[in-house]
Amino acid sequence: MNVKIALIFSLLLFAGLIVGFTDSVATSEYTAVVYNQSDSPLPNRNFDKMMDVLTHQRCMNCHPNDNIPKQGDESHPHNFGVAGGENDHGFQAIKCTTCHQPENNAYSGVPGAPHWGLAPASMAWEGLSRAEIAESMLNMKTNGGKDHKALVKHMTEDELVLWAWQPGVDASGKLREVPPVSEAEFKTAVKQWFANGAVIPSE
Amino acid sequence: MTLALTVNSTSHTIEIADENTPLLWVIRDMLELKGTKFGCGKAACGACTVHVDGEAVRSCSYAVKFAEGKQITTIEGLGDEKNPHPVQQAWIEEVVPQCGYCQPGFMMATAALLEKVSSPTDDDIDKNIINVCRCATYYRMRKAIHRAAALMSSLPLPESQNT
Ligand code: FES
Ligand code: FES
Repeated sequence: MNVKIALIFSLLLFAGLIVGFTDSVATSEYTAVVYNQSDSPLPNRNFDKMMDVLTHQRCMNCHPNDNIPKQGDESHPHNFGVAGGENDHGFQAIKCTTCHQPENNAYSGVPGAPHWGLAPASMAWEGLSRAEIAESMLNMKTNGGKDHKALVKHMTEDELVLWAWQPGVDASGKLREVPPVSEAEFKTAVKQWFANGAVIPSE
Repeated sequence: MTLALTVNSTSHTIEIADENTPLLWVIRDMLELKGTKFGCGKAACGACTVHVDGEAVRSCSYAVKFAEGKQITTIEGLGDEKNPHPVQQAWIEEVVPQCGYCQPGFMMATAALLEKVSSPTDDDIDKNIINVCRCATYYRMRKAIHRAAALMSSLPLPESQNT
Protein backbone atom coordinates (compact mmCIF):
# COMPACT_ATOMS: atom_id res chain seq x y z
CA MET A 1 0.00 0.00 0.00
CA ASN A 2 2.73 2.54 0.99
CA VAL A 3 4.69 1.66 -2.14
CA LYS A 4 1.62 2.49 -4.30
CA ILE A 5 1.11 5.90 -2.61
CA ALA A 6 4.78 6.75 -2.98
CA LEU A 7 4.59 5.85 -6.69
CA ILE A 8 1.53 8.11 -7.25
CA PHE A 9 3.25 11.07 -5.51
CA SER A 10 6.40 10.55 -7.56
CA LEU A 11 4.38 10.62 -10.79
CA LEU A 12 2.55 13.83 -9.76
CA LEU A 13 5.82 15.52 -8.81
CA PHE A 14 7.40 14.52 -12.12
CA ALA A 15 4.36 15.88 -14.06
CA GLY A 16 4.53 19.15 -12.12
CA LEU A 17 8.20 19.59 -12.92
CA ILE A 18 7.54 19.04 -16.64
CA VAL A 19 4.72 21.66 -16.64
CA GLY A 20 6.89 24.06 -14.62
CA PHE A 21 9.77 23.92 -17.06
CA THR A 22 7.69 24.12 -20.26
CA ASP A 23 5.15 26.82 -19.16
CA SER A 24 7.29 29.45 -17.37
CA VAL A 25 5.65 32.52 -15.68
CA ALA A 26 5.18 35.54 -17.99
CA THR A 27 7.27 38.63 -17.17
CA SER A 28 5.18 41.54 -15.80
CA GLU A 29 5.04 44.67 -17.90
CA TYR A 30 3.96 46.79 -14.93
CA THR A 31 5.80 50.05 -14.39
CA ALA A 32 5.12 52.29 -11.42
CA VAL A 33 3.17 55.46 -12.19
CA VAL A 34 4.98 58.58 -10.99
CA TYR A 35 2.38 60.85 -9.38
CA ASN A 36 2.66 64.44 -10.46
CA GLN A 37 0.09 66.85 -9.02
CA SER A 38 0.19 69.22 -11.99
CA ASP A 39 -1.12 66.54 -14.38
CA SER A 40 -2.86 64.48 -11.78
CA PRO A 41 -4.65 61.40 -13.05
CA LEU A 42 -7.12 62.18 -10.30
CA PRO A 43 -8.60 65.57 -11.18
CA ASN A 44 -10.74 65.59 -8.05
CA ARG A 45 -7.84 65.14 -5.69
CA ASN A 46 -7.55 68.85 -4.80
CA PHE A 47 -11.29 69.10 -4.29
CA ASP A 48 -11.29 66.01 -2.08
CA LYS A 49 -8.45 67.27 0.09
CA MET A 50 -10.11 70.64 0.48
CA MET A 51 -13.40 69.03 1.41
CA ASP A 52 -11.77 66.61 3.85
CA VAL A 53 -10.85 69.75 5.80
CA LEU A 54 -14.04 71.79 5.33
CA THR A 55 -16.22 68.91 6.47
CA HIS A 56 -14.07 68.21 9.53
CA GLN A 57 -15.66 69.22 12.82
CA ARG A 58 -12.97 71.86 13.48
CA CYS A 59 -14.51 73.80 10.57
CA MET A 60 -18.05 72.45 10.51
CA ASN A 61 -18.77 73.16 14.19
CA CYS A 62 -18.93 76.88 13.40
CA HIS A 63 -20.85 76.55 10.12
CA PRO A 64 -24.15 75.32 11.62
CA ASN A 65 -27.56 75.48 10.00
CA ASP A 66 -29.35 76.41 13.23
CA ASN A 67 -27.33 79.37 14.60
CA ILE A 68 -26.07 77.10 17.38
CA PRO A 69 -22.32 76.53 17.54
CA LYS A 70 -21.28 72.93 18.03
CA GLN A 71 -18.51 71.68 20.30
CA GLY A 72 -16.19 68.74 20.46
CA ASP A 73 -15.34 65.98 18.07
CA GLU A 74 -18.90 64.67 18.27
CA SER A 75 -20.29 68.17 17.56
CA HIS A 76 -22.71 68.54 20.44
CA PRO A 77 -24.64 71.84 20.75
CA HIS A 78 -22.65 74.51 22.60
CA ASN A 79 -23.12 74.30 26.36
CA PHE A 80 -25.51 76.66 28.18
CA GLY A 81 -27.72 77.44 25.20
CA VAL A 82 -25.12 79.66 23.57
CA ALA A 83 -26.07 80.77 20.06
CA GLY A 84 -24.72 83.07 17.39
CA GLY A 85 -27.53 85.57 17.81
CA GLU A 86 -28.26 88.22 15.23
CA ASN A 87 -24.67 89.08 14.37
CA ASP A 88 -23.18 85.57 14.73
CA HIS A 89 -21.11 86.73 17.71
CA GLY A 90 -23.52 86.07 20.54
CA PHE A 91 -26.17 88.07 22.38
CA GLN A 92 -26.06 91.58 23.81
CA ALA A 93 -24.13 90.78 26.98
CA ILE A 94 -22.95 87.21 26.47
CA LYS A 95 -20.81 87.29 23.41
CA CYS A 96 -18.32 84.84 21.99
CA THR A 97 -15.65 87.13 23.45
CA THR A 98 -17.03 86.69 26.97
CA CYS A 99 -15.14 83.40 26.95
CA HIS A 100 -13.21 83.17 23.66
CA GLN A 101 -10.16 85.39 23.34
CA PRO A 102 -7.86 85.97 20.34
CA GLU A 103 -5.88 82.82 21.15
CA ASN A 104 -6.40 79.44 22.81
CA ASN A 105 -6.33 79.40 26.60
CA ALA A 106 -4.27 76.48 27.82
CA TYR A 107 -5.46 76.86 31.42
CA SER A 108 -9.20 76.68 30.79
CA GLY A 109 -9.12 74.75 27.52
CA VAL A 110 -11.27 77.42 25.89
CA PRO A 111 -10.33 77.74 22.22
CA GLY A 112 -9.68 81.16 20.76
CA ALA A 113 -8.64 82.97 17.61
CA PRO A 114 -9.15 86.45 16.18
CA HIS A 115 -12.79 87.30 15.33
CA TRP A 116 -14.04 84.07 16.91
CA GLY A 117 -17.67 83.59 15.93
CA LEU A 118 -20.10 81.70 13.77
CA ALA A 119 -20.09 81.74 10.01
CA PRO A 120 -23.15 83.64 8.75
CA ALA A 121 -26.32 81.66 8.09
CA SER A 122 -25.75 82.02 4.36
CA MET A 123 -22.61 79.93 4.88
CA ALA A 124 -24.33 77.17 6.83
CA TRP A 125 -22.69 73.91 5.74
CA GLU A 126 -24.17 71.55 8.29
CA GLY A 127 -26.21 68.93 6.43
CA LEU A 128 -24.93 69.84 2.95
CA SER A 129 -23.09 67.53 0.57
CA ARG A 130 -19.53 68.36 -0.46
CA ALA A 131 -20.70 69.72 -3.82
CA GLU A 132 -23.36 71.85 -2.12
CA ILE A 133 -20.77 73.25 0.28
CA ALA A 134 -18.55 74.18 -2.65
CA GLU A 135 -21.47 75.81 -4.49
CA SER A 136 -22.33 77.85 -1.41
CA MET A 137 -18.69 78.80 -0.96
CA LEU A 138 -18.34 80.00 -4.57
CA ASN A 139 -21.62 81.90 -4.64
CA MET A 140 -20.82 85.58 -4.10
CA LYS A 141 -24.39 86.14 -2.91
CA THR A 142 -23.84 83.76 0.00
CA ASN A 143 -20.12 84.02 0.64
CA GLY A 144 -19.97 87.68 1.61
CA GLY A 145 -19.11 88.92 -1.87
CA LYS A 146 -15.81 87.08 -2.20
CA ASP A 147 -14.41 86.36 -5.65
CA HIS A 148 -12.00 83.47 -6.22
CA LYS A 149 -8.97 85.54 -5.27
CA ALA A 150 -10.58 86.67 -2.02
CA LEU A 151 -11.69 83.13 -1.26
CA VAL A 152 -8.17 81.76 -1.69
CA LYS A 153 -6.84 84.49 0.58
CA HIS A 154 -9.53 83.80 3.18
CA MET A 155 -9.01 80.06 3.12
CA THR A 156 -5.24 80.12 3.19
CA GLU A 157 -4.51 83.16 5.37
CA ASP A 158 -7.40 83.88 7.74
CA GLU A 159 -6.28 83.20 11.31
CA LEU A 160 -9.63 81.75 12.34
CA VAL A 161 -9.58 79.32 9.40
CA LEU A 162 -5.99 78.31 10.16
CA TRP A 163 -6.89 77.80 13.84
CA ALA A 164 -8.13 74.37 12.69
CA TRP A 165 -4.49 73.19 12.78
CA GLN A 166 -3.72 74.86 16.11
CA PRO A 167 -6.88 73.99 18.05
CA GLY A 168 -5.19 73.67 21.43
CA VAL A 169 -6.40 71.56 24.32
CA ASP A 170 -9.95 70.98 25.48
CA ALA A 171 -11.35 71.42 28.99
CA SER A 172 -9.74 68.15 30.09
CA GLY A 173 -6.35 69.15 28.72
CA LYS A 174 -6.59 66.78 25.76
CA LEU A 175 -5.34 68.02 22.39
CA ARG A 176 -8.21 68.61 19.98
CA GLU A 177 -8.24 66.60 16.78
CA VAL A 178 -6.93 68.40 13.71
CA PRO A 179 -8.27 67.94 10.15
CA PRO A 180 -7.04 64.84 8.29
CA VAL A 181 -5.06 66.91 5.75
CA SER A 182 -2.07 68.99 6.80
CA GLU A 183 -2.23 72.78 6.70
CA ALA A 184 0.38 72.93 3.92
CA GLU A 185 -1.40 70.30 1.81
CA PHE A 186 -4.72 72.08 2.30
CA LYS A 187 -3.30 75.41 1.18
CA THR A 188 -1.77 73.81 -1.93
CA ALA A 189 -4.99 71.96 -2.73
CA VAL A 190 -7.09 75.13 -2.37
CA LYS A 191 -4.74 77.15 -4.59
CA GLN A 192 -4.59 74.44 -7.25
CA TRP A 193 -8.33 73.80 -7.22
CA PHE A 194 -9.04 77.48 -7.81
CA ALA A 195 -6.21 77.77 -10.36
CA ASN A 196 -7.76 74.87 -12.27
CA GLY A 197 -11.09 76.64 -12.51
CA ALA A 198 -12.76 75.63 -9.21
CA VAL A 199 -14.54 72.73 -10.86
CA ILE A 200 -17.03 70.98 -8.60
CA PRO A 201 -17.08 67.27 -9.40
CA SER A 202 -20.51 65.77 -10.03
CA GLU A 203 -21.71 63.62 -7.18
CA MET B 1 6.94 91.07 32.58
CA THR B 2 5.44 94.35 33.71
CA LEU B 3 1.78 95.03 33.01
CA ALA B 4 -0.31 98.14 33.62
CA LEU B 5 -4.01 97.72 34.21
CA THR B 6 -6.78 99.68 35.86
CA VAL B 7 -9.00 97.87 38.32
CA ASN B 8 -11.99 99.66 39.80
CA SER B 9 -10.57 102.99 38.64
CA THR B 10 -7.23 102.38 40.39
CA SER B 11 -4.11 102.00 38.27
CA HIS B 12 -1.89 99.04 39.02
CA THR B 13 1.48 98.01 37.69
CA ILE B 14 2.18 94.35 38.25
CA GLU B 15 5.21 92.14 37.72
CA ILE B 16 4.22 88.71 36.51
CA ALA B 17 6.28 85.80 35.24
CA ASP B 18 3.58 84.21 33.09
CA GLU B 19 1.66 86.66 30.93
CA ASN B 20 -0.96 83.97 30.37
CA THR B 21 -1.87 83.85 34.05
CA PRO B 22 -5.66 84.13 34.27
CA LEU B 23 -6.79 87.64 35.18
CA LEU B 24 -8.81 86.04 38.00
CA TRP B 25 -5.66 85.11 39.92
CA VAL B 26 -4.18 88.56 39.52
CA ILE B 27 -7.39 90.08 40.85
CA ARG B 28 -7.70 87.68 43.77
CA ASP B 29 -4.12 86.86 44.73
CA MET B 30 -2.12 89.92 43.71
CA LEU B 31 -4.69 92.68 44.18
CA GLU B 32 -6.40 90.90 47.08
CA LEU B 33 -9.90 91.52 45.74
CA LYS B 34 -11.67 88.36 46.88
CA GLY B 35 -15.19 89.14 45.65
CA THR B 36 -14.54 87.56 42.26
CA LYS B 37 -14.84 83.81 42.66
CA PHE B 38 -13.24 80.73 41.18
CA GLY B 39 -15.82 78.11 40.30
CA CYS B 40 -14.83 75.91 37.39
CA GLY B 41 -11.78 77.52 35.81
CA LYS B 42 -13.21 76.49 32.43
CA ALA B 43 -15.29 79.54 31.47
CA ALA B 44 -18.38 77.49 32.21
CA CYS B 45 -19.95 78.71 35.46
CA GLY B 46 -19.47 82.48 35.34
CA ALA B 47 -18.46 82.86 39.01
CA CYS B 48 -15.38 84.76 37.88
CA THR B 49 -17.22 87.30 35.70
CA VAL B 50 -15.75 90.80 35.66
CA HIS B 51 -16.08 93.68 33.22
CA VAL B 52 -13.29 94.51 30.82
CA ASP B 53 -13.94 97.85 29.15
CA GLY B 54 -17.60 97.41 30.03
CA GLU B 55 -18.00 93.91 28.61
CA ALA B 56 -18.64 90.82 30.73
CA VAL B 57 -15.61 88.54 30.62
CA ARG B 58 -14.87 85.26 32.36
CA SER B 59 -11.63 86.10 34.09
CA CYS B 60 -10.58 82.48 34.68
CA SER B 61 -10.13 82.16 30.95
CA TYR B 62 -8.70 85.59 30.22
CA ALA B 63 -4.92 85.88 30.04
CA VAL B 64 -3.79 88.88 32.04
CA LYS B 65 -1.74 90.12 29.07
CA PHE B 66 -5.02 91.01 27.34
CA ALA B 67 -5.94 93.28 30.27
CA GLU B 68 -3.01 95.61 29.62
CA GLY B 69 -4.30 99.16 29.39
CA LYS B 70 -7.92 98.07 29.90
CA GLN B 71 -10.48 99.18 32.49
CA ILE B 72 -11.41 96.26 34.74
CA THR B 73 -14.40 96.36 37.07
CA THR B 74 -14.96 93.74 39.76
CA ILE B 75 -17.90 93.31 42.13
CA GLU B 76 -16.09 95.60 44.61
CA GLY B 77 -16.01 98.33 41.99
CA LEU B 78 -19.65 97.96 41.04
CA GLY B 79 -20.80 99.48 44.31
CA ASP B 80 -20.45 99.06 48.05
CA GLU B 81 -22.62 98.86 51.13
CA LYS B 82 -22.99 102.62 51.34
CA ASN B 83 -23.55 103.14 47.66
CA PRO B 84 -24.80 99.90 46.11
CA HIS B 85 -25.23 99.57 42.38
CA PRO B 86 -28.93 99.14 41.44
CA VAL B 87 -28.17 95.49 40.69
CA GLN B 88 -26.71 94.99 44.17
CA GLN B 89 -29.64 96.89 45.66
CA ALA B 90 -32.14 94.71 43.81
CA TRP B 91 -30.27 91.60 44.95
CA ILE B 92 -30.61 92.72 48.55
CA GLU B 93 -34.26 93.60 48.18
CA GLU B 94 -35.13 90.28 46.56
CA VAL B 95 -32.96 88.35 49.07
CA VAL B 96 -31.40 86.45 46.18
CA PRO B 97 -28.35 84.63 47.57
CA GLN B 98 -28.39 81.28 49.28
CA CYS B 99 -24.77 80.23 49.83
CA GLY B 100 -23.75 83.33 47.86
CA TYR B 101 -20.75 81.89 46.07
CA CYS B 102 -22.01 82.42 42.54
CA GLN B 103 -23.69 85.75 43.18
CA PRO B 104 -20.89 88.24 42.36
CA GLY B 105 -20.59 86.68 38.92
CA PHE B 106 -24.33 86.88 38.36
CA MET B 107 -24.46 90.51 39.47
CA MET B 108 -21.60 91.41 37.13
CA ALA B 109 -23.28 89.60 34.25
CA THR B 110 -26.56 91.37 35.05
CA ALA B 111 -24.92 94.80 35.27
CA ALA B 112 -23.36 94.21 31.84
CA LEU B 113 -26.73 93.17 30.43
CA LEU B 114 -28.54 96.22 31.79
CA GLU B 115 -25.96 98.49 30.17
CA LYS B 116 -26.98 97.02 26.80
CA VAL B 117 -30.64 96.22 27.37
CA SER B 118 -32.22 98.58 29.85
CA SER B 119 -35.44 96.62 30.21
CA PRO B 120 -34.71 92.98 29.43
CA THR B 121 -37.48 90.50 28.76
CA ASP B 122 -37.40 87.02 30.25
CA ASP B 123 -36.09 85.84 26.89
CA ASP B 124 -33.25 88.39 27.03
CA ILE B 125 -32.42 87.13 30.52
CA ASP B 126 -32.48 83.48 29.42
CA LYS B 127 -30.14 84.20 26.55
CA ASN B 128 -27.69 86.50 28.31
CA ILE B 129 -27.49 85.32 31.90
CA ILE B 130 -26.14 81.82 31.60
CA ASN B 131 -24.05 81.56 34.75
CA VAL B 132 -24.51 78.57 37.03
CA CYS B 133 -25.91 78.64 40.57
CA ARG B 134 -25.55 75.38 42.47
CA CYS B 135 -28.20 76.54 44.95
CA ALA B 136 -30.64 77.20 42.10
CA THR B 137 -31.52 80.76 43.05
CA TYR B 138 -32.53 81.43 39.45
CA TYR B 139 -36.12 82.30 40.27
CA ARG B 140 -35.15 85.06 42.69
CA MET B 141 -32.45 86.27 40.35
CA ARG B 142 -34.92 86.76 37.56
CA LYS B 143 -37.05 88.92 39.82
CA ALA B 144 -33.99 90.85 40.94
CA ILE B 145 -32.91 91.48 37.37
CA HIS B 146 -36.32 92.98 36.54
CA ARG B 147 -36.18 94.99 39.77
CA ALA B 148 -32.69 96.26 38.95
CA ALA B 149 -33.88 97.30 35.50
CA ALA B 150 -36.69 99.22 37.12
CA LEU B 151 -34.33 100.84 39.65
CA MET B 152 -32.05 101.92 36.83
CA SER B 153 -34.81 103.48 34.83
CA SER B 154 -37.91 105.46 35.57
CA LEU B 155 -40.04 102.34 35.23
CA PRO B 156 -42.25 101.58 38.21
CA LEU B 157 -40.87 98.92 40.51
CA PRO B 158 -42.30 95.48 39.86
CA GLU B 159 -44.42 94.02 42.60
CA SER B 160 -42.02 91.99 44.77
CA GLN B 161 -43.23 88.48 45.33
CA ASN B 162 -41.22 88.33 48.54
CA THR B 163 -43.42 90.86 50.24
S1 FES C 1 -14.54 80.07 37.27
FE1 FES C 1 -14.58 81.19 35.44
S2 FES C 1 -16.37 80.53 34.49
FE2 FES C 1 -16.25 79.22 36.20
S1 FES D 1 -26.21 80.87 45.77
FE1 FES D 1 -25.08 79.09 46.11
S2 FES D 1 -24.18 78.69 44.16
FE2 FES D 1 -25.54 80.28 43.76
